[in-house]
Order: sequence, then C-alpha cells, then structure tokens
Amino acid sequence: MKQEQTIIPIEVGRLIGSVEQFRNEGYRLAQIGCTKVGDNSFEINYSFDKDYVLQNLRITVTAETEVPSITGMYWGAFVYENEMHDLFGIQVKGINIDFKGTFIRTAIRYPFGVSVAKEEKK
Amino acid sequence: MTKQIIVPFGPQHPVLPEPIHLDLVLEDEKVVDVIPSIGYIHRGFEKLVEKREFTEYVFIAERTCGICSFIHGATYCQGIEQIMGIQVPERANYLRTIWSEYSRLHSHLLWLGLYADSFGFENLFMNAWRIRERILDVMEQTTGGRVIQGSCKIGGVRKDISNAKLAEMNRDLDSIKREMEELTTVFLKDDTVIHRTRNVGVISRQDAFHLGAVGPTARGSGVAIDLRKTGYGAYGELDFPVITDSCGDCYSRCLVRCKELFTSVDIIQQAIAKIPDGPVDVKVTGAPNGEFFMRAEQPRGELVHYLKGNGTKFLIRSRIRTPTLTNIPPLVKMLQGCDLADVPVIVLSIDPCISCTER
Repeated sequence: MKQEQTIIPIEVGRLIGSVEQFRNEGYRLAQIGCTKVGDNSFEINYSFDKDYVLQNLRITVTAETEVPSITGMYWGAFVYENEMHDLFGIQVKGINIDFKGTFIRTAIRYPFGVSVAKEEKK
Repeated sequence: MTKQIIVPFGPQHPVLPEPIHLDLVLEDEKVVDVIPSIGYIHRGFEKLVEKREFTEYVFIAERTCGICSFIHGATYCQGIEQIMGIQVPERANYLRTIWSEYSRLHSHLLWLGLYADSFGFENLFMNAWRIRERILDVMEQTTGGRVIQGSCKIGGVRKDISNAKLAEMNRDLDSIKREMEELTTVFLKDDTVIHRTRNVGVISRQDAFHLGAVGPTARGSGVAIDLRKTGYGAYGELDFPVITDSCGDCYSRCLVRCKELFTSVDIIQQAIAKIPDGPVDVKVTGAPNGEFFMRAEQPRGELVHYLKGNGTKFLIRSRIRTPTLTNIPPLVKMLQGCDLADVPVIVLSIDPCISCTER
C-alpha cells in the first residue's frame, strides 16, 4: 500500500502564507528537512500531515538566503530550524528559541553545508 | 517577585540512559520554563549515505537506534522499494510486521522498566525487564540478533521463520500476555504509582497536536495518530485499534503503552494466523532514482525516512526524522509548571531516545 504524498514547490516569499494556510486547515507539522542538491543549493521540505496524507512544501535556497521561521505558527518547529542551521548553515530568521549554532554540537562547522562541500572537492 | 534560578538537568543524570540537557528555570520548587539542548552524541549517519551503496545502507539505518533498530531498517527498505517500484512478497511483509511488533513489545517493556526506576520502584523495573528478556530471546532465535537483527533487506527479508516456530511463538505469546497482565496491573492500579503519575506533566490535546507530538505522547492526549493505519507491511490486512486516552498526563502515556503491549500481541497472533507460504525476497536490480517520504510507527511514534536517489548506487539524501526529536517541544510544554521532583518522571514519560534523535 503506497502512502499518499505530494510535493509542492514554492518561492521562499510564499512560505509563510502557505504554512499559515496549512495551519488554518488543521494540518500537523510532520517534519522539516534539508537536502543539499548542488554546490550552494539546498532544498527544504516542510511536511504537513492530515488524515495520513503528507503534503510537502518545497523551497530551494542558497546558504545566503534568509529563510523566515515558521515558529510563529508551529512553535515546535524550532528543533528543525536550529538543526537546519547547525548542519547545513541555512540562515533562518526569527526562530522562537534560537540556539545560534549550539543546538547540535559539531566538530566541523555546517558539516552538511557549503564549506564541507568545498573541502571535499579539494 | 520570586527569584528565578536555573538548575541544569542532564546530560548526565541517574534517570537518563542517554544525554539530553535541560535548563530548568525555577521559582522555588516550580519549573517555570525549560530550554532543551541536544547534540552531545550526533553521529552524522545521514552523511554516510553518500559513501555506502544503497543496499548496504540498510545496516546503517538499522543502527540509528539500539531499541527500535528493526523498524528503522524496515522503514528504509520500504522507502527504497517505493522509489524503485519493488513488490515485496506477502510473506516478507508479514514477517516484517511480526518483527516490528516484537520490537514494540521489547521497547515498551524496556520503557516500563525505566519508568518504574524513575519513581524508585526497583522491583517493578526488574519484572518488566524479565519479561522483555523473553521477547529478546525470540528475536535472537528468529533473526540471530537480540538488538540489531539485520534480517531486513531491500526486496524482502534475509531469513524466514518456519511455520513450526511461528506456532511455538504463538503459544509463548499467551504466556507472555499473562505475565504482562500482572505487570501492567501494578502500573495502572497501584496507589504509589498513580500518586507519582496522575495529573503530572499534563499536555492538552490541542497543545500535543500543534506542538507536533507523536506516538504514545500524542495518543495519551487523545490525538489518534498511528501510522500503522496507513497499511504498510501487512498492517492493512490486520485489525487493531488505535489506543488513546484523554487526560494527557504521565499516567495516560503509561496507560497507552500498557494497552499497546496487548495490541502488539494481538497483531502478531493475527499475522501468524494469516501469514501465507511463499518466497521471502525478490531480486533487486537497478538503483533508486526518485524520492519518497516513508513513514512508519515506531514504539515512540511516527518515524520519517526521506530518501532521494539519482539513479546511481549512492543515495544523495537520507533524512531521518525520529519521534523523540518532534516530542521535545511537547516535553517543554509538559514541564512548565511542574514540581522539580516530577521532572525525571515527566522526561521519561515521552520515552526519550536520544541516540535515535542524534542519528
């Protein structure tokens, strides 16, 4: 049996409005996850669940892009947003509990991010 | 105004088997705020996916957790199978379901023991773990491993269980069930346990939902989410209820887990009765090209494995969202307003698995 899921690519500017819509329609935030898809390109998936159907909002950003926090709508999103920052170096603006890089203590700064990609190429 | 002080809780603490740190902001003996902190044992498993072939990564996925290891391996395999369009033999689906439910039994019994330990009931702790040993014995007999089974692979399972062994497991479950009835009666009826758990660490249904609670943490507050109802594995062919309670306190979360023990036994017995004969794996050719969010119900709640491949034998992304990570914000809410003495019990009540979280 295949689990139902949809991926909806959107612009960063539409993120807050789209998340707000999910919140108003009674969706649960299932996860936020980041994927490096190029030297300085990242996909961020915001997954929302309702009645076991998963809807994923996808934004594509660079390490320099400022991504707005969704903690104003989903308070618990701070764990994902801090994780994205600490592992990938994604700049998230306005997190309710901002650990400023200390949520996940790593030996290498942004181990899944751009600086590591450059080191690997050398 | 009462003076506020900050008491650090963890990462080393007698009730914490794994390291999480909480800064507890106190006014007298009351906790008024909590700042959680993780990251002490982050292993970077997800990065390894770029260095290991997708068929080998099953072993790494399974090692994400030392408790619900089988479910991690099975969820990863199912995600890859969805991307590659692989149809797994029915018998393999049933075997995966049986082992998943044994994992749930062992995890819940382990938790019940640790929970009893958190409020100082040592004898109850030992009894819970004594029963858990019987579950681990079956895991070892059928897979070769007590904690890391290694029996799941892409396209099916590596090992079959003979029908004679399945019949023996079925009989054993009746006796395990009787022992669990005695055990759970103490957790649910004993005055000293109720005194330490009733109306402690309360989280409302609305808060649990909006803060992203999953598993028994959500179901204890009346949020009926159980990913097994999506029908993966053989769950779609088995009949079982979603256990919930409405009080949202430590007692409710314990009640849900106690009842789920019996649901797991029932699921295994149904699966044993229905399991078809036939092969347990199919040959897998090619490499995954695409992406999928595979979700499964771990003992602690919803697990998400996001997998993305580009047609080569190395995946470009494996993102594992474990239930404990998403249960941290609800934990913060539960702790606000509680007594300092109740903090260990409340922390244990979400069944935190930090190794999972720090994959």
